[in-house]
Amino acid sequence: MNIEEYIASGILELYVYGGLNKEEKSEVQQMIKQHPEVKKEVEAIEKAVIRLSSGTAPYLRAINYELIKNKIFQDHKKVVPIKSNRWRTYVGWAASIVLLVTSYTFYNKYKQSESTIEVVRTERDNILEENKTITNKNKEYNTILNFIRERNTDFIKLGGQEVSPDSYAQVYWNKESNKVVIDASGLPAPPKGKVYQVWSLKLDPLTPTSIGLLESFEDNKAKLFNVESVKDADAFGITLEPAGGSKTPTLEQLYTLGKI
Amino acid sequence: MDQEQLLDLIKKKDSRSFDYLYDMYSQSLYGVIHNIISNREEAEDILQEVMIKIWDNMDSYDESKGRFYTWIINIARNSAIDKYRSKNYKNFKKNLSTENFVSVIKDSYNLSNITDAIGIGSFIKKLKPKCIKIIDLLFYKGFTHKEAAEELDIPMGTLKTRNRACINELRTILEVR
Repeated sequence: MNIEEYIASGILELYVYGGLNKEEKSEVQQMIKQHPEVKKEVEAIEKAVIRLSSGTAPYLRAINYELIKNKIFQDHKKVVPIKSNRWRTYVGWAASIVLLVTSYTFYNKYKQSESTIEVVRTERDNILEENKTITNKNKEYNTILNFIRERNTDFIKLGGQEVSPDSYAQVYWNKESNKVVIDASGLPAPPKGKVYQVWSLKLDPLTPTSIGLLESFEDNKAKLFNVESVKDADAFGITLEPAGGSKTPTLEQLYTLGKI
Repeated sequence: MDQEQLLDLIKKKDSRSFDYLYDMYSQSLYGVIHNIISNREEAEDILQEVMIKIWDNMDSYDESKGRFYTWIINIARNSAIDKYRSKNYKNFKKNLSTENFVSVIKDSYNLSNITDAIGIGSFIKKLKPKCIKIIDLLFYKGFTHKEAAEELDIPMGTLKTRNRACINELRTILEVR
């Protein structure tokens, strides 16, 4: 490759930009030393890009000159140069490693305490939630207890029937307010997919009216259930029905029955 | 004063040499930094750091490392890119390539006083868009020719000769022979 071709290849521009690797760079430097026209070309390229970049800069405020000069010649103390000696390098590295390890340890500790806080927070939330539930239940029981104690509240015993002779239940019915509460503590847990349904009955003629389902039977520890109000009834019965309840009672599955 | 004389002066830490250094290169370094950072105040801060870094590390520069200007422009670019990266940590190189020196000077900034004198304004209008992109990536942003070739999707050899042609156009307009 002759000099013109070498120059035309575009390698000198990249040399000025700083975009060459070590070998390419030393090759260009060799050429510069040997050929004045290569050196001249490099200088011209450099001049062009200096003028281009100067020309595409915004106005540089004069204050910058003062600021930099002051920093260099007055308050600026010489800091660690790029070419520091080996001793300093090692101390620097050692310090970095110590810092790194320490930071890592602290970071871990921080993460640990963070997860501890998280656990405690969850526990606290659970307890608060539980407390709320208990308070609500308590209120509910109090209401029921007051209801049972009321003068106008009647107590009807429902006895076990053919399908489950040992079962029993109580109905609390207030004829003034028409409110009804079922105590189902004498009933066995319903099988899966089944639910107890409560009926108020008129006997002449026999007319059953559904007044509610004993949903969430297992979860209701006190087995006290609020059902719909009843104005007029001769008897109450509880049957076992498919989940969701039935329109008419399945009499073969009549668990308890009680006449007023 | 030529570069060799300047270097001798700077190495002696003569305060006059700071003036020369500043006069000859600060505007150019500022142009490159500003092209990457696009914020005047931040670019000024970086320029201050860069000038001090250059001054402090003069002892570590020798001509076997290449042109003095190449050395300082690298310091300026790296400082600006570090700053840019610290703010735009994801895909910084990709994002970096979206703005160029033309979009920067099109902004409403007051350009340096010498802009008109050297005819940059009219030059920019004449320069082919592909030249703007090539010079921007290779010179201003310091992409390697491999990275720039990938970014522009052209072979590396083509990129080199095109860049050469673009710089020649620039030199014709600036009358740098």
